[in-house]
Amino acid sequence: MSNPKNIGFGDLMKYKFPATAIASILHRISGVLLFLMIPSLICALDESLKNQQSFLMVAEYFQSPLWRFLLWLFFSSLFYHVLAGIKHLFMDMGFFETMRSGRVASSLVIVISLVAAVLLGIELW
Amino acid sequence: MVKSITSLTGSGLKDWYLQRISAIVLTVYLFFLLGFVCSQSSLTYQSWSSLFAESWMKYFTLLAMLSLIVHAWIGIWTVLTDYVKVNTLRALLQLVFVLGFFTYLVWTIRILWGF
Repeated sequence: MSNPKNIGFGDLMKYKFPATAIASILHRISGVLLFLMIPSLICALDESLKNQQSFLMVAEYFQSPLWRFLLWLFFSSLFYHVLAGIKHLFMDMGFFETMRSGRVASSLVIVISLVAAVLLGIELW
Repeated sequence: MVKSITSLTGSGLKDWYLQRISAIVLTVYLFFLLGFVCSQSSLTYQSWSSLFAESWMKYFTLLAMLSLIVHAWIGIWTVLTDYVKVNTLRALLQLVFVLGFFTYLVWTIRILWGF
């Protein structure tokens, strides 16, 4: 048997992942998502500062169904990424590093972020 | 000993530290922006543009963009190192992302200072 064993996507479903693992991969996924949206943000800033007309154009864009969804995705990811990031800082200080406290903290972060995402969805629509 | 040549500092410890510093700067900037937007009953072009006309806001935004580049580079480097095991492809992707980051920096400077 070779160690470490690399699992492929096909193997993913066979494993039961603890909350800590889910919290960790969500942090990575939200990070990549945020990264992909950086150009759009800079573009929005650019346009919003040019003049009154382009400012209003940006505001109008954000009303469209597609952009409302993307905004929701962006802010939900940002909320999660920052909250989990703060948990990381606490872990640096030694907190949440037992199995139990780690699971509790991870579950809390995920649940709070889900609630925030739902509230944000309600707010945007 | 394996030396990393394309990570931001080449030192795991320094990257670890910069990741946290940049994260804190970004969070402060984010909270400030959110606070500003929420303090306006309705956000107008006037209030928005006059905020970014202030020198301190331009410097703050530039600092935030630099922090974003540091933070995102370390993050993306980590992800690429984990998943892209073909060295030449990984190096190529890293080059593409670094050029992207340079573009963001120049673009932000142009937005803030108008050239």
